Amino acid sequence: MVYENPDGIRIGLEIHVQLNKLKTKMFCGCSSDYHNSAPNTHTCPVCLGLPGALPVLNRKAVEAAIKVGLALEGEIAEETQFHRKNYFYPDLPKGFQVTQYDYPIVSKGKVVIEGEDGEHVVGITRAHMEEDPGKLVHIGSIEKSKGVLIDYNRSGMPLIETVTEPDMRSPKEARRFLDKFRNILEYLDVFDGNLEGAMRVDANVSVYWGTRVEIKNISSHKGVERALLYEIMRQKNVIRRGGKITQETRHFDEGRGVTLSMRTKEEAEDYRYFREPDLMPMRVSDWVPGIRETLPELPDAKRSRFIEQYGITDMHARSLTSKIMLADFYEGVCAKGADPKTAATWTADVFLGELNYRDLAISSYDGETIGFIHAKDPQVENSFKVSDMVELVKLFSEGKVSDRAAVEVIRSILDGTEEKTPLQIIEEKGLFKAEDDLVTKAVSETIAENAAAVQDYLGGAEKSLNFLVGQVMKKTKGTADAKTARELIIKELKG
Amino acid sequence: MITKEDVEHIGWLARIEISEQETVEYMEKLNSVLEYFGQLDELETEDVPPTYHVAEVFNVFREDVVEESLPQETVLANTENKQDGAFRSPKIG
Repeated sequence: MVYENPDGIRIGLEIHVQLNKLKTKMFCGCSSDYHNSAPNTHTCPVCLGLPGALPVLNRKAVEAAIKVGLALEGEIAEETQFHRKNYFYPDLPKGFQVTQYDYPIVSKGKVVIEGEDGEHVVGITRAHMEEDPGKLVHIGSIEKSKGVLIDYNRSGMPLIETVTEPDMRSPKEARRFLDKFRNILEYLDVFDGNLEGAMRVDANVSVYWGTRVEIKNISSHKGVERALLYEIMRQKNVIRRGGKITQETRHFDEGRGVTLSMRTKEEAEDYRYFREPDLMPMRVSDWVPGIRETLPELPDAKRSRFIEQYGITDMHARSLTSKIMLADFYEGVCAKGADPKTAATWTADVFLGELNYRDLAISSYDGETIGFIHAKDPQVENSFKVSDMVELVKLFSEGKVSDRAAVEVIRSILDGTEEKTPLQIIEEKGLFKAEDDLVTKAVSETIAENAAAVQDYLGGAEKSLNFLVGQVMKKTKGTADAKTARELIIKELKG
Repeated sequence: MITKEDVEHIGWLARIEISEQETVEYMEKLNSVLEYFGQLDELETEDVPPTYHVAEVFNVFREDVVEESLPQETVLANTENKQDGAFRSPKIG
């Protein structure tokens, strides 16, 4: 099947990613660990833009940019350098942003995503290094605010801006791209996506192969998909009414789910780029072979290996490798002797599902414990042990607990405040699979107490069997194995 | 040639108010500077790459090591426009 793209949709993305795994900022030694700090406590003359201060580039930021470039299968420039992008805004203390212009460090890459019609290649135009501006907080609401408060803790944080070709053909593909891109960055260990403001996206979109509109500064993957869905609908409506799409920049109002035209500037943007004279050009292409050797196994390669090594389905492998920490957790569970296929089901289907249901985002893995934080409230933390998953998979494989009981155990660990092993929970809650004679007893009782249903079943109503099985499950408080119960009832009634 | 409009535009970009009289004055001065530099156009530079740094220096880096930042009081010492540890600025927009 080939996706026809009936509405001629083209979507391109510009993604700003903070290299927040580095210890210091781009051009000064101020700590990058500012997220829970008072304003203006992580600044110095360089990131405050004081006169005479001289920037010196963080070597690790360049290494990270090269890593990203290689992971995107891009070309690393022979010679690369910085420019000044001049404009006035309070978040920019120097009056210019140090960025890259015509000599970006990375060009011509690609990312393969799961598209509308199978594997789909999204081209990467370029990726370049730049510094983050400070953070503005409006006093009062945005509309009524009389002023802004400026915190320069973020000023000078190392960023990578990645620009894609307009290769995505639906909001879903845009979201898939972002998920994959974030996943790759986390594999490279240059980026922690759980931190506030870690990834900001501008999207441009056009319909019927027409004029493109840019949507600025969207802060979440879901936000990108919603903004694009709205904007596509808006453009189609304009055209249906005989109107024309004008090239403009719009802003996404997350609360209302709409895009709004930003006031157009009287003057066209004029950034007067020129070379940053305080920074020397770089010739770092000889670093490339060394860095290439340090590249970790990337998501696609890991997925293929999981399928081959553990004999699991593509769907499970895809889901397990969608987060490096989850992939490592799974491998930890397998390494401790759990059956890989059973472990894949319990980790990818049940465990991950329960995390999503609770809005928990995986945030750490240390070889023994996988940790999460609440997506909306990072103060809420929780964790799950490799040894607990191993124990649970084992108990289930040995037939000691039913699948319902095993789910119950996972929920108890995720919701519990005390630290308990699966075995303790099973004992406390009496979740061991009922002994066969208990089930047999429950079956006899059920048949005796539900004459009508028995008659219906014998008369050919298959549905009544389900009812009877349900009664047995109820009597055994869910500890019976449903399949066994079913077989016992059939045997009892039909011989 | 720099026109009056160019001067006005440059003034706007730099957020500098320029009077009518100054606009004419700057236009003349800027043109004379450009004319002076224009002499360089007489040289054949087709195959010469642009020089951005007179020193042939490449690859100046620092290691990713944390240094002490300034205390908040020091950062805000030179401004009267502050509130709750932040700089305060009029709304731009």
